[in-house]
Amino acid sequence: MRSIRRWGPGLLLVSPSIVLIAVFVYGLIGWNVKVSLSDWRQAEQTTGWAGLAAYRDLNADPAWDESVHHLLVFTGTFIVGTLFFGLLLAFLLEKGVRGEGFFRSVYIFPLAVSFIAAGVVWRWLMNPAPGDRASGLNVAFDKLGIGFLANDWYLGENWGMAAIAMPAIWALSGYIMALYLAGFRGVPEELREAARMDGAREWRVYRHVVFPYLRPVTLSALIILGHISIKVFDLIVAIGGKQLITQTPAVYMWILIYDAFDYAEGAAIATLLLIGISILVIPYLVYSVRSEQRA
Amino acid sequence: MSTATTPAPPIPAPMRLGRRRASRTTARFVKFAAIVFFAVLVLTPLYVAVVTSFKEAAETDPAHAWSLPSVWTLDAWRQAWDQLSPNLANTFKLVIPATVISTILGSLNGFVLSKWRFPGANLVFTLFLFGLFIPYQAVMIPLTTLLSDIHFPDQIPSLAFAHIVYGIPITTLIFRSYYATIPEELMEAARMDRAGMLRTYWSVVLPISAPAFVVTAIWQFTSIWNDFLFAVFIISDPDKWPVTVAVNNAAGSLVSNYNLQMSSALLASLPTLIVYILLGRYFVRGLLAGALKG
Repeated sequence: MRSIRRWGPGLLLVSPSIVLIAVFVYGLIGWNVKVSLSDWRQAEQTTGWAGLAAYRDLNADPAWDESVHHLLVFTGTFIVGTLFFGLLLAFLLEKGVRGEGFFRSVYIFPLAVSFIAAGVVWRWLMNPAPGDRASGLNVAFDKLGIGFLANDWYLGENWGMAAIAMPAIWALSGYIMALYLAGFRGVPEELREAARMDGAREWRVYRHVVFPYLRPVTLSALIILGHISIKVFDLIVAIGGKQLITQTPAVYMWILIYDAFDYAEGAAIATLLLIGISILVIPYLVYSVRSEQRA
Repeated sequence: MSTATTPAPPIPAPMRLGRRRASRTTARFVKFAAIVFFAVLVLTPLYVAVVTSFKEAAETDPAHAWSLPSVWTLDAWRQAWDQLSPNLANTFKLVIPATVISTILGSLNGFVLSKWRFPGANLVFTLFLFGLFIPYQAVMIPLTTLLSDIHFPDQIPSLAFAHIVYGIPITTLIFRSYYATIPEELMEAARMDRAGMLRTYWSVVLPISAPAFVVTAIWQFTSIWNDFLFAVFIISDPDKWPVTVAVNNAAGSLVSNYNLQMSSALLASLPTLIVYILLGRYFVRGLLAGALKG
């Protein structure tokens, strides 16, 4: 029993956190699933069993279809755009330039700002209003003589969600840049040197030596951006409010609970979000912890 | 690569070098121009926010949208301060205790899970980590029900409590990665002295923990300050709104008062921006830690 005396205190010290996580993460997730299977569909809380009724209603709900479609457009634009700019910025900085620290800080700064505050500014930038109420990019296009570029931005019928992804790309490119920059700097200089000695042109050095090294970074970046995207809420609320045209599942859940008091259907959306994220994250977590143990 | 064996084209050596040097200088210039261009692009929203916040309301029309204020005025800032100072106070009341408590919890957990492990420590850590990724929507309905059912003291403490609980995964992760770098010899020395767990933590680990405390505290401060989701679900009383909720709701109701909207957004962002400007280096380290193994 000497060993329990050895590790017992450690377990004791962590136990408050274990209890909190067990109750407030796993316990509440279970409770939420239960709500989604219940008949709690009005302000007054009820706990009767309703099976999959809420999920079935969701499936038949055109507003749900639309919010899933919005989320797909948003996610595609956001992930491709952020990966592209993140990699590009890291590529520009990786060999070191004068003032690198300053530029890095500039690229990352949007991350210190809330989506709510950023949303206020981006709503001004992407203001679709005409005439006296116009502002932002549409006005700038007009002044630069490229007024034909002016558009409805986030209120656009088909690509509104792509426009709303722009602030998200702005906010997170710096993060992905930081990840890639760490990746670039992890490539042993001898490897590049060896390729150059073999007469490889610089772009071939990148293509065959550096980029393969960055693959794990891209995987991490995809997981991070993917789970941020599935949960996207603040940004949408800040820019689009509660309009159907910019609605995503997380926003729809909020509307269902607060305006329609449909808790079961709200909980069903929450459960589906959790399932979506789990499919993305669980294999990655298991893989990360395992490879750490191997190291 | 075996391309090195092919003979070089017959260009005189000095000329070839000169051309290559010239193209390298051009490439470097193009690169630097691109770096500056993107920096300007990233700062554009900040520019319009600052400029508009110092304008008079009349000057926020389309014709002057992008120009500097002709008259610089603090009116919009004063107005924003009058409207938001109670909410700023709410946010401070929330952020400070939540940051301090979740950072301390993270330090204790990180220490145990890396240096004073118990059987199953890795499983516990993995289960914690999952909490880092969950969509908080998946706990929100039961959480708000629970908090009101048990009559948790008040709305701001409820919100602080939520941030502490859901902050455990990230704070534990940052400290655990940091403590993993403490050399085993140091722990061995403490063991030789037959120091117990708390003694070891207090006299060996804690004194070298300052950087991890800074990284974690900044991370928690920034994310709790900027939180909107928890606040909007947990806080129903408008007097208790943190500043993010207040800014969002005010911006929704004042459709075109751009100078006030911008000064409000800036005022609400100043604390985190100041922290970022002063301690940005630690902020980036937190970011990288949040990406697990990067």
